[in-house]
Amino acid sequence: MGRDGVTAATPLLTSEQMAHFVARGFLRFDAVAPDEINARFMNEAGRAAEPAPGRRVAKALGDLLARNAIPEIAPGAPLWSAYPEGSAVQRLLALPLVRGAIESLVGADPIFDHHFLHVTFPPRYHKAADAANVSQHTHQDSTVDPRLAFDLQIMYYPHAVTRPMGGTRFIPGTHLRKVSEVALGRYQNMLGQQHMVCEAGTLLFLHHGIWHGGGVNLSDRTRTMFKIRLHPSAPQVRCWDIPERLEPAPQRPIFFLKQAPPPDTVAAILTTPEPWFEQDTGRLEFINRIKLWRYLTGDPEYDADYWMTRIENQAGIRG
Amino acid sequence: MLYLANSALDAPVIAWALYDGTGETLHMAGDADEPPYASGLAALRDGWRLFQASQLLPHPRGEEFDLAYLKYEFLFEQWGEMA
Repeated sequence: MGRDGVTAATPLLTSEQMAHFVARGFLRFDAVAPDEINARFMNEAGRAAEPAPGRRVAKALGDLLARNAIPEIAPGAPLWSAYPEGSAVQRLLALPLVRGAIESLVGADPIFDHHFLHVTFPPRYHKAADAANVSQHTHQDSTVDPRLAFDLQIMYYPHAVTRPMGGTRFIPGTHLRKVSEVALGRYQNMLGQQHMVCEAGTLLFLHHGIWHGGGVNLSDRTRTMFKIRLHPSAPQVRCWDIPERLEPAPQRPIFFLKQAPPPDTVAAILTTPEPWFEQDTGRLEFINRIKLWRYLTGDPEYDADYWMTRIENQAGIRG
Repeated sequence: MLYLANSALDAPVIAWALYDGTGETLHMAGDADEPPYASGLAALRDGWRLFQASQLLPHPRGEEFDLAYLKYEFLFEQWGEMA
């Protein structure tokens, strides 16, 4: 389908937004879906039956999924035609900001992988089932994934989420670590972790590798989040609002500085550490970010703050 | 369980977990945004016994830049009365 039906008003991401995604593994768009789409989605998602003594919480979710109006979709479908015309998700994906962000990250013709309706039940459901009400272990989705290319996971919050409702917990900057799903479950808390507290209609765009988990719901209201995973159908090279001719980025002074450098350049974004970074491997994180930026820009010589140039220098051997 | 910023016990805490075998308290993922101690040494000074520290291992050739799990894991224990 390509960019058929896409107007010039479809805003692509900026280089700074793309660098933010490369460095931190997420982009957040607050309250971008209008009330009409949010209400339509909640209507299509349906409401879970109230708890009954002895009924498992998973049963309540299974019954909801079986009878709601969100369709089953097999993986491999072209995204732009995957959802029924006029459905809430189809309308959500057609929003210019949403479409532009998707195209910027995974190209013009992304492929549907899977979706899921995540429902986190309040304490009364767990009490009725005589089950513990706890948060989800932190994990990375799918399985060990050694690619440089990445999938995009869109988290859609169709209603407001308060802190007592839990929200999605995620740790910025963890996405480039190659781990095996919930093998990291013993890490209960990490410095810099974020909890999604947001208004209705908020979207969280995640690199597939970001470490995350569902927060425990301690409110009296059921929490709903809809996730869609997409993958690219072509190399994710220069898909955003990037000049046709990209001038080489000049190196900037490092370590010995007279004053703080500007914080919003691509180089600065790619070399900003997260609070949880280990002191030595934090530098390897910078290197892996630079490698991902090279892939996305198609520039095999891009560097930030000399991290790659230094270790790629073979002058001594050649000489 | 404390995860530190480098292999020194007095390095800052970057991640943590607490499992209470007495059942008096329940801890879970995402239940605290601030660490219980500033460093591993601070935990020692508060009466925790260190019983395991992760090894320092060389980087396999060709995998020098691969990152996975947190590197500096320290396991502490305190003994308490069961209810």
